[in-house]
Amino acid sequence: MDTMRERFASTASRLLDEDPRLAVVLAVIGHDGFQEAERRHPHRVIDVGIREQLLVGAGGGIALTGMRPIVHTFASFLVERPFEQVKLDFGHQGVGGVLVSAGGSYDWPAGGFTHMSPGDVALLDTLDGWTVHAPGHPDEAEALLRLAAKGDDRVYVRLSAQTNARALPVTGAGFLTVREGNHGAVVAVGPMLDNVLAATEGLDTTVLYAPTVRPFDGAALRRAVGDTGAAEAVIVEPYLAGTSTAAADEALADVPHRVLGLGVGRRELRKYGEMDEHLTAHGLDVRSLRARVAGFLTGVA
Amino acid sequence: MTTSTTTSHGYRELDRLLSLMTGDEKHGSAATSTLDAIWVLYDRVLNVSPATADDPARDRFLLSKGHGPMAYYAVLAAKGFFPESLLPGFGSYDSPLGHHPDRLLVPGAEIGSGSLGHGLPLAVGSALGLRAQGRTGSDVWVLIGDGELDEGSNHEAIAYAGPAGLEQLHTLVIDNSSAAHGWPGGIESRFTAAGWSAVTVDGRDHEALYEAFTAPHPGRARAVVARVEARS
Repeated sequence: MDTMRERFASTASRLLDEDPRLAVVLAVIGHDGFQEAERRHPHRVIDVGIREQLLVGAGGGIALTGMRPIVHTFASFLVERPFEQVKLDFGHQGVGGVLVSAGGSYDWPAGGFTHMSPGDVALLDTLDGWTVHAPGHPDEAEALLRLAAKGDDRVYVRLSAQTNARALPVTGAGFLTVREGNHGAVVAVGPMLDNVLAATEGLDTTVLYAPTVRPFDGAALRRAVGDTGAAEAVIVEPYLAGTSTAAADEALADVPHRVLGLGVGRRELRKYGEMDEHLTAHGLDVRSLRARVAGFLTGVA
Repeated sequence: MTTSTTTSHGYRELDRLLSLMTGDEKHGSAATSTLDAIWVLYDRVLNVSPATADDPARDRFLLSKGHGPMAYYAVLAAKGFFPESLLPGFGSYDSPLGHHPDRLLVPGAEIGSGSLGHGLPLAVGSALGLRAQGRTGSDVWVLIGDGELDEGSNHEAIAYAGPAGLEQLHTLVIDNSSAAHGWPGGIESRFTAAGWSAVTVDGRDHEALYEAFTAPHPGRARAVVARVEARS
């Protein structure tokens, strides 16, 4: 199976063939995957060099001419470094585009904190109108990229090296119920699903899958926690812990409720190594997740 | 001379239009540093009018230096993009005319600006977008200030656009000597070193501006540095 980054390059290359409205904008990172597409579309594969303010600003300018830019680099250099460009050159100008990030929170642990972006989704939460996809499988990434390319809105696609074993059907909106139970709900965002399913095996709780996390499918969560007993929810996210807690609170505002937000810790680990070691350090491995979920949800065990 | 239903005023009307916003009869250099250059562009250079404000093939003028937009608003009103009756409301709650322009509110404004250093990268993208669509007959102009040039995002754009040969891209730098540390070696050299065609002219001399704005620059992006009185 190819990686999500490889699938992004092959999918976006085909999309360039299919839709003259699209342009891919790069800042060196990821350029190799677009060599062939660049030969076919020399003016629609654009590499501005290692210049991320220009990367996002030029993307906004391309959108101002009626095209749809697909802007790509590592999450830390796409959202965090040029955040004001994301805010003003897309949102304030009232134009749309597709930002596609790689690297996520811990995809290259040996690269250290400079190449980790656990805060990207929380940052986008300060802005209006961004759809956020966090696919859990290359097939889902392809489907979500194709949907994003068609629209006129602002879309963030967060690719990751972490994947689930199987792809689920994705629609570009809403949560999917993957297991039903009687005590609360666990929302697994994108690549967290396999660990969440393993961690909740045998626990009497509902598991929702969120390949698209903004807009947050509050109605699905509200239905899943049910009307009997305590309204309890756990959100497991592959980025900053608690990023979606406010959205879950809002969804459950009409009932007394408890929400636990699990994800990447705020404290810098200052560790290298492998992804599994980082998942464990953040309490996102199967054993830690099971203990934390079972300890939080009432009556599941 | 074409006939038009929109009102189009001449240069001598601009002072009166500015007064509708400022309430003053005399205007300092801060309010008018950009006035002559913007006027010459809209009056004689840009292929855009109220009738073609949404035409994909129009020329684009991006005001990046969004603070002190009165001169811009006065020219847009003079050229009929919106009625001059909007000018007295400048900065009020329901006015479309803020102290920084918003493209979703101001008829004829290509970008919203105010935070410095966004216009030139947006202009680079606009030139790229037009080129990718085969609209090589449309020019993109962006106005920045010499103080605004301090922002690093401009230098990302200058360094890219030169080697990329973005002939449709034009940067107008209004130099009123307001950069905190000046530009030793000159502003023009920042552009020429990156492969742009560039020239420095008197920002109050309409003929010199027109000549600089319309000089051919095949295969190269173009910068015009317009020098005006130092900011007082």
